[in-house]
Amino acid sequence: MTAAVAARKHSASSQVPDLSGRFGEFGRRFVPETLMQALEQLTAEYEEAQRDPEFQRELNGLLKNFVGRPNPLYFAERLTKHLGGAKIYLKREDLNHTGAHKINNTMGQVLLTRRMGKKRVIAETGAGQHGVATATACARFGFECVVYMGEEDIRRQKLNVFNMKMMGAEVRPVTSGSRTLADAINEAMRDWMGSVEHTHYIIGSVVGPHPFPMIVRDFQSIIGNETRQQCLDLEGRLPNEVIACVGGGSNSAGMFYPFVEDDSVALTGVEAGGRGPKPGDHASTLSFGNKGVLHGSYSYVLQDADGQTMPVHSISAGLDYPGVGPEHSYWKDSGRVNYVNIRDDEALAAFQTLAKLEGILPAIESSHAIAQALKTAGQRSKDDIVVICLSGRGDKDVYEVARLLGKEI
Amino acid sequence: MTTPTRIAATFAALKAQGHMAFMPFVTVGDPDVATSMALIRELASRGVDLIEVGFPYSDPIADGPVIQASYTRALSRGLQVNDIFSGIQQLTSGPDGGKIPPLVAMVSYAIVFRIGTAAFVEGAKTAGFSGLIIPDLPADEAGEVASEIRKAGLDAVQLVAPTTTPVREDRIAETGSGFVYCISIAGTTGARDQLPEELSGQLKRLRGKTSLPLAVGFGVSKPEQVGTLRGLADGVIVGSAIVRQLERLSNNSEATLHVLRDIGDFAAKMVAATHATR
Repeated sequence: MTAAVAARKHSASSQVPDLSGRFGEFGRRFVPETLMQALEQLTAEYEEAQRDPEFQRELNGLLKNFVGRPNPLYFAERLTKHLGGAKIYLKREDLNHTGAHKINNTMGQVLLTRRMGKKRVIAETGAGQHGVATATACARFGFECVVYMGEEDIRRQKLNVFNMKMMGAEVRPVTSGSRTLADAINEAMRDWMGSVEHTHYIIGSVVGPHPFPMIVRDFQSIIGNETRQQCLDLEGRLPNEVIACVGGGSNSAGMFYPFVEDDSVALTGVEAGGRGPKPGDHASTLSFGNKGVLHGSYSYVLQDADGQTMPVHSISAGLDYPGVGPEHSYWKDSGRVNYVNIRDDEALAAFQTLAKLEGILPAIESSHAIAQALKTAGQRSKDDIVVICLSGRGDKDVYEVARLLGKEI
Repeated sequence: MTTPTRIAATFAALKAQGHMAFMPFVTVGDPDVATSMALIRELASRGVDLIEVGFPYSDPIADGPVIQASYTRALSRGLQVNDIFSGIQQLTSGPDGGKIPPLVAMVSYAIVFRIGTAAFVEGAKTAGFSGLIIPDLPADEAGEVASEIRKAGLDAVQLVAPTTTPVREDRIAETGSGFVYCISIAGTTGARDQLPEELSGQLKRLRGKTSLPLAVGFGVSKPEQVGTLRGLADGVIVGSAIVRQLERLSNNSEATLHVLRDIGDFAAKMVAATHATR
């Protein structure tokens, strides 16, 4: 059978990062001096918050009563039958308030903001899901909220822009560079350099300088922690494989992290293969990239030979990023996680398959993870268990999907 | 270090005369390498003391909108690091090479890392650079890179920000060389009307921690601002106020000459202000 049945050989630990933000060789802090003090302060505040039972109690209360956690680990019966292999479960992050996993992070970070005595929050967003989750958290706590969003993404994601504004956030168009997610991160970092004394930057993924990759991973780890317990409750054992999509890598980091030391569980990260492996046609940083520095962190990146960031493409705005979180680079090089990529057309087909077989419209990002299961789960034994992280719902994508299918809404 | 670096010697000579250094910043490749070299020659002829040479980068988080736009223009024309090195090498090894003041490369660590620290430092040295500023390589991470730079006989310039804590100032004073680049305002590069009051306190504090010259940048744009820094700083850096003028450049050679002269006139005023003795 597949290699996943046997115990995997790897050298990954869950005891990362170290004090300087290293995941193995990756991560660290490559930022202007202006930001160093804020990062040191955030690290110290976060360590205190972690030890504070009151912080954890308040966060858990918000996740339960405001976000709607725990969400189900759902047995996809018809999809399982259709593929004729492993039992397939879906972790239903799409059922969270605001429709995606992003809010797990913003609820934690907004509590950190209040703890630090800051009253203004900034964020970047690509598809708009993190922007909406940040605007939601800020509305809930009465904080001023500014979301940087590429002009090109604003055009593509009007619904999310409208939602953010309804919740009182200011959406600032970014017109520099390629006018998408990477440029929005640059702009948010710039804002933060001039506003750091009263502003917290809620980064949306496990990217950026230490401590961001650690903080976002920790807040997202509720996905994997719940999944692990739910699988034990339902099946009496851990899954054979867990599959999640990887852009910057926050839903996958949160899903994988609690399984890192469970050697019997194969972990599969799915990147955006776009139109194919040609440079500029995909966003598969771990599959095709090199080690390098981007947005304050050392990780795999898509760069040219001079270190200039390369253009990326994906059908999914949420996976359309030329870098990836440093912990994923660590998991790749240590052999703990297997990274594959799924093309635009395969993701689009998976979107339709899940809709027809299970009555669930997945986010186009999550459709990449589903497509990977469609390829491989059928070859597994009926005794095997595969969990897919359904990181978000597809409502935001229906206009784009309709356009690609040549249908009108 | 037995012999002083070219940067150290320049600051020492200015200090002996009671002058401050004037250090303009130019982007290389905006609009093209040849024009950038003409601009460097123009600035040299106006008596500037050092020149900061910006390597365009696709994601420059430390720079403001003016410099980023300049970087984007340069990269959109396919500029590569080797074009910069060969342009600078022609300039410094040419007949007027001796008249070019010390050149300090301002370059993102993303570029240095991708090319490889050793290869980049070698390229910079061969081209004729005297030092490197890597704005996204803070003192905590700079150790090995800084010693590689110094081993090649170049200076590794470190930055201090208004948000820098005293503990961090100590660390920066230890790892840096050449001069300390003092960021006058928390924020990105860009011209501002006034210099903040906290700056003088920080400069006085730094003076007690390091014998390195202190050069103030970020937000400096006018000869009138120079007076407020006299006695506190050893040099003044101007970036955005010069780069903004590059926007006007086209391939029209008459316009180019005009813009170069305007920038030269501005530089001459700054030189007069920084070299004025009280």
